[in-house]
Amino acid sequence: MDKLAFYLQYPFVRYALIVGVLISLCSSLLGVTLVLKRFSYIGDGLSHVAFGAMAIAGVLGLSNNMLIVMPVTVISAVLLLRTGQNARIKGDAAIAMISVGALAFGYLIMNIFSTSANLSGDVCTTLFGSTSILTLSLGEVWLCVVLSIVVVVIFILFYNKIFAVTFDENFAKATGVKTDAYNLIIAVVTAVIIVLAMNLVGSLLISALVIFPALSAMKLFKSFKSVTVCSAVLSVVCALSGMIISILAGTPVGSTIVAADAVVFGICCIAGAIMGGTSK
Amino acid sequence: MALLTVKDLSVGYGNQIVAENINFEVNAGDYLCIVGENGSGKSTLMKTLLRLQKPVKGEILTGEGLTENEIGYLPQQTVIQKDFPASVREVVLSGCQSRGGFRPFYSSEDKKTAAENMEKMGITDLAGRCYRELSGGQQQRVLLARALCATRKLLLLDEPVSGLDPKVTAEMYALISELNKEKVTIIMISHDIGAAMGFADHILHIGDNVFFGTKDEYLGSKAGKFFLMMQSRDAESVFASGPRKTMKKEEETNG
Repeated sequence: MDKLAFYLQYPFVRYALIVGVLISLCSSLLGVTLVLKRFSYIGDGLSHVAFGAMAIAGVLGLSNNMLIVMPVTVISAVLLLRTGQNARIKGDAAIAMISVGALAFGYLIMNIFSTSANLSGDVCTTLFGSTSILTLSLGEVWLCVVLSIVVVVIFILFYNKIFAVTFDENFAKATGVKTDAYNLIIAVVTAVIIVLAMNLVGSLLISALVIFPALSAMKLFKSFKSVTVCSAVLSVVCALSGMIISILAGTPVGSTIVAADAVVFGICCIAGAIMGGTSK
Repeated sequence: MALLTVKDLSVGYGNQIVAENINFEVNAGDYLCIVGENGSGKSTLMKTLLRLQKPVKGEILTGEGLTENEIGYLPQQTVIQKDFPASVREVVLSGCQSRGGFRPFYSSEDKKTAAENMEKMGITDLAGRCYRELSGGQQQRVLLARALCATRKLLLLDEPVSGLDPKVTAEMYALISELNKEKVTIIMISHDIGAAMGFADHILHIGDNVFFGTKDEYLGSKAGKFFLMMQSRDAESVFASGPRKTMKKEEETNG
């Protein structure tokens, strides 16, 4: 406890905790929708796109790589989610294609135009987000706070629409709900969350942040509202405890958070089985 | 002017036409049944009527104050819904979505409508239950209540009894007839020609021979006679191969 209090004196630790909580909250909100829409892997795909964009930004020598990463990721998300069920290339294949392609090109670009001596270190940092959350500047923290608030407000305002569009897109469309517009909102918000989350856990582990809380909550609860609330709570608790453990034990932040999520998922599976036996 | 007028309609995907020369009218209070072989374009026609896809040719006109969005829809089950965590109340309420426009939350009027429709469908006691844990018949009632929240004028039902056992099937048909008596116009897609004959007052047969008319006219028509004959032969083979297998077959071909 003394050790924790000691660390909390440092502003970068406090920043990390604030950003971690906000990102885990945002990612869990859309997690339920994405898992149900069979887009579990979109986090992975988009984060690889963001990785590729970061590589380009690095080569171009942009100091603020958000400028290029955010638009590229948003566009990819829109393209992926918009095509949805009627596409020639199905959602999972499209995600796999974009994900692997962006990863390869990103690494290729980094390799060819390498500006730093420690290339594998750079790649590792981007993929696993090892320390970047501890090196956040005040400006980045504010950006994250503002975007998180925007995401949460949008989610609450469009909660019922998101439900209708996720549960039965055709019915919603037939009865005059502007499903295309809401799918677009879901795609944009997803992309924003993923770019934000890259700072926390790195691109490889974002899927875990999106999927685990949603799946855990679905084991326990049976209505959309309770699942959403539960996954938000679980996600925040896991992120907080993961970060504190990683600070105290000196483990990598991203992996520790995901490990915490996985443990909670295991507990929820058992709890769900004991409670009803109906959950699959 | 009829509630729905379809003129020289061709439906399909892209440039590929699945069914063509479709002409029919639906007046308020009608009970129209759309029949046809598998692959004849029944579901494609349904999607086109719902404006989920564009007609290849021809037009669909609405009249008598019916706007495009006032068509309630009972879809076939989607894969997503099989593991969707949602309570019955949430699903039924989502039918009110189209009324709200950009209003973010449901009004008390929406909630009242949802409660009334749940009562009508006899699912009030299930309101807090999880949708995916209900039986097939109960799920259909939930979706029907949701469709009624969206409209009271026109309901499109896509194979409403597919996968249900005979008793629940009979209840479902009774429920639909009940709604029709309350002036809800019904358009139903069905494999079940027997039920179409029993409940509907108009028949649209699509396929090689397109036919539209009243039930009695259909019985006298060439398409009708042929189809009835084929169906009864089908029914015999159904009994020979066992009910379970045919249910599976239907699910596969419907998609």
